[in-house]
Amino acid sequence: MPEKKITLSVSVNGVAHTATIEPRMLLSDFLRHELGLTGTHVGCEHGVCGACTVLLDGRSARSCLTLAVQAEGVEIETVEGQGSVDQLGRIQEAFRQHHALQCGFCTPGFIMAITDMLRHHPLESDEQIREALSGNICRCTGYEHIVNAVRELARERGPLT
Amino acid sequence: MKPAPFEYLAATSAAEAAEALAAANGDGKIIAGGQSLMPMINFRLVKPTILIDINRIAGLDRIEKHGERLRIGATVRHRMTATDALVHRHIPILHDAMHHVAHLTVRNRGTFCGSVCHADPAAEMPMMTLLLDGTIAALSIRGERQIAASEFFVGSLMTSLEPDEFVTWIDIDTLPPETGWGFEEFSRRHGDFALACVATTMRIVDGVACDVRFGMMGVGETPLRLPDIETLVEGQAISERLLQDVSEALKGLLQPNTDIHASADYRRHLAGVLARRALRDAWKRATFRKDGPDA
Repeated sequence: MPEKKITLSVSVNGVAHTATIEPRMLLSDFLRHELGLTGTHVGCEHGVCGACTVLLDGRSARSCLTLAVQAEGVEIETVEGQGSVDQLGRIQEAFRQHHALQCGFCTPGFIMAITDMLRHHPLESDEQIREALSGNICRCTGYEHIVNAVRELARERGPLT
Repeated sequence: MKPAPFEYLAATSAAEAAEALAAANGDGKIIAGGQSLMPMINFRLVKPTILIDINRIAGLDRIEKHGERLRIGATVRHRMTATDALVHRHIPILHDAMHHVAHLTVRNRGTFCGSVCHADPAAEMPMMTLLLDGTIAALSIRGERQIAASEFFVGSLMTSLEPDEFVTWIDIDTLPPETGWGFEEFSRRHGDFALACVATTMRIVDGVACDVRFGMMGVGETPLRLPDIETLVEGQAISERLLQDVSEALKGLLQPNTDIHASADYRRHLAGVLARRALRDAWKRATFRKDGPDA
């Protein structure tokens, strides 16, 4: 049975896109294959690893557990909106300084999840930071340096108002 | 893996969703947060012919107090339940439980009602719905049916929902302000499904426990209410002796599974340990709160 394709309008990092896609297309595949934004990584494809985390209307979400068609009218933010190789975003810079990545596969997901955390979560103690990070898996760093980076970012941000 | 093909409808009213679900003849699926359904669709364990998205239906994204009950709409996210002032004030045990639900990113999308419909025997919201004498509102083109939580969970990932019904809201008890509670969960990693979990509430009247509720998850095919334990504790003061009796009784009452995460024996052991801690916490909190919730 051929699927009825659906036309979708979204904003990704402030840029408007329109595409006609199959309903079954995951948001992660839409970003990577339709828009060529391959910064969003696909790890487990069932919501466990966190590598595909993006922001939907400012809140983190697994793009592998979201259908692209569900993002109609949504403001999407991906790691490409954070900075570039020449001009790292603040979180990326903190990751570099603290050596919070090694192979880098999980990093885009961490960066996006941390963006949400810094906007919305107190992050007042290491315990809170670790709990907030618990939805993202990193197999290289042992997390210690990631926690260090987030601690610095949280201190820099100050208490949430 | 990638999902098998399906059609997609972003329903704009509950009636439209009910009609589409009926027309799908049992092969349709409702999607809200998708945090349980999408993994199954990605693995092709579920192959719906049509996905009916209820996120754009107005009015389902609210938590409201109706008398002594809180009504949680079908698209209320875990994040909202976790931060809602009504939940915090009237059902503090649910507020506590939310910290154990998955991870921040999943809580942003996943819904209370969706978790109850998924009916994982080791998930918090099904157990809390049972503990708080929930009522589940199921809508179909035949009308609305209200199902008691005690009749809802029939097996692992199985509910008494008919294929053409979907949940529009769930009602749960608020608790009198002097109620104490204990919530104890053990999992290997924070946010993972529980190996075992106990949730209990009680008030203290004339020096003994009353209105005792005792629920468990992770130790059976469905979330559990354990009336035998409730009866055992009701009318008693919490003592070392009573806690000993509770853990002994649990050994006979529970038939947990052995799986790759834990053996049945280990789960039974955990049940006893967590029950002691939770009952002690509930007693302590009820003692404090007897003079009012802010005391």
